[in-house]
Amino acid sequence: MRLPPPRGPLTEALFDRLAGSPGADRLDAAVTTGGLDDDDVQLALFACYELHYQGFEGVDERWEWDPALLGLRAELERCFEWSLAAAVPRPGGLEPAGLRAALTALACPEEEPLLPLFLQREASLEHFREFVIHRSIYHLKEADPHTWAVPRLTGVPKAALVEIQSDEYGGGRPERMHSELFRATLRGLGLDDSYGAYLHRVPGVTLAISNVMSLFGLHRRWRGALLGHLAALEMTSSLPNRRYAAGLRRLGAGPRTVRFYDEHVQADAVHEQIAVNDLCGAFATAFPPYTGDIVYGAACALELERRWAEHVMGRWQRGAPSLRARPVPA
Amino acid sequence: MREVVTVTPCEDGPLLLRGPFELLTQSGERIDAGRATVALCRCGLSSVKPYCDGSHKTAGFRATSEPEPPA
Ligand code: FES
Ligand SMILES: [Fe+2]
Repeated sequence: MRLPPPRGPLTEALFDRLAGSPGADRLDAAVTTGGLDDDDVQLALFACYELHYQGFEGVDERWEWDPALLGLRAELERCFEWSLAAAVPRPGGLEPAGLRAALTALACPEEEPLLPLFLQREASLEHFREFVIHRSIYHLKEADPHTWAVPRLTGVPKAALVEIQSDEYGGGRPERMHSELFRATLRGLGLDDSYGAYLHRVPGVTLAISNVMSLFGLHRRWRGALLGHLAALEMTSSLPNRRYAAGLRRLGAGPRTVRFYDEHVQADAVHEQIAVNDLCGAFATAFPPYTGDIVYGAACALELERRWAEHVMGRWQRGAPSLRARPVPA
Repeated sequence: MREVVTVTPCEDGPLLLRGPFELLTQSGERIDAGRATVALCRCGLSSVKPYCDGSHKTAGFRATSEPEPPA
């Protein structure tokens, strides 16, 4: 993937430097404000993190561990963590025995979210394409951010995480990898299935969904939150995915295009049980002070998803697109 | 160690199957589980039986992981 066009002073300065060689002087950029939906902050952070995944074409691989870049990333993360703390209340005084109930209360709201219902019953093919483009940012690296936790765990939670991840990665069969199934969905909808193809089209509110996973994944101190984040994804997956699959069928999509969603109905019904019980439950029992972090991580996942869905539905209700406009060719 | 099949009843949820299990129809045909660990519906409400599809949650299905004591 190539670096996308910059979206403000931060990404302008950063992308300009990434085009050259690492080393030399500090990457000075004033990270002052910028909330969870700030285009410039979220894209800058996303680019810093992407150096740890597939990187960017034409960007020197040594940037990944360049002290100046890491300095900038730390600034961005401080700002991101602060925004998260302001948006998501931290659960207090949680005991491991109360974990399951706390996660269930978060993940099963009284009211069903609007977006899956809309996609099932009313969305046009164009809406669906937009939805899939937003999701491509994460689904094309599906499971990768949570894999960072594997070497940080031991015993039952480690085995549980590997059990989930191995299913995500297709159980040894590349064509069953969830990211591969998603590529088939993109192709079926006439979209570009290459990694990061739509990075330039998604707003900050979408990037924040991926950024929080990388934040929790790349910092060992956030490992509790990372596990909670994964549990929240798994716990809120089966039912919406059933709706997405039904929506795609209504629009005439074939089995290969729908398979990603069909697969997630069943897979995540399994993963949910493992994530709540063997992963988060066993981790909390072994490290009781991290119980609150687990729930916080789950709450962060759900809050960012809620904000993103609100953005998308809000735009659609006004008859407007939820993606950024295509850049005008120079 | 001989590998055995384990069946875990999940609290308020499905039965988790692990190990070298085989799923067969009543006429003895193999059902492709598609994954190493499967969740079998035990609330009766799944739309993809015999697998769980998460419907137990919206239905408020209740069951313990331990066997129920005799009434
Ligand atoms: S046990 Fe999950 S749908 Fe029946
Ligand atoms: Fe998946």
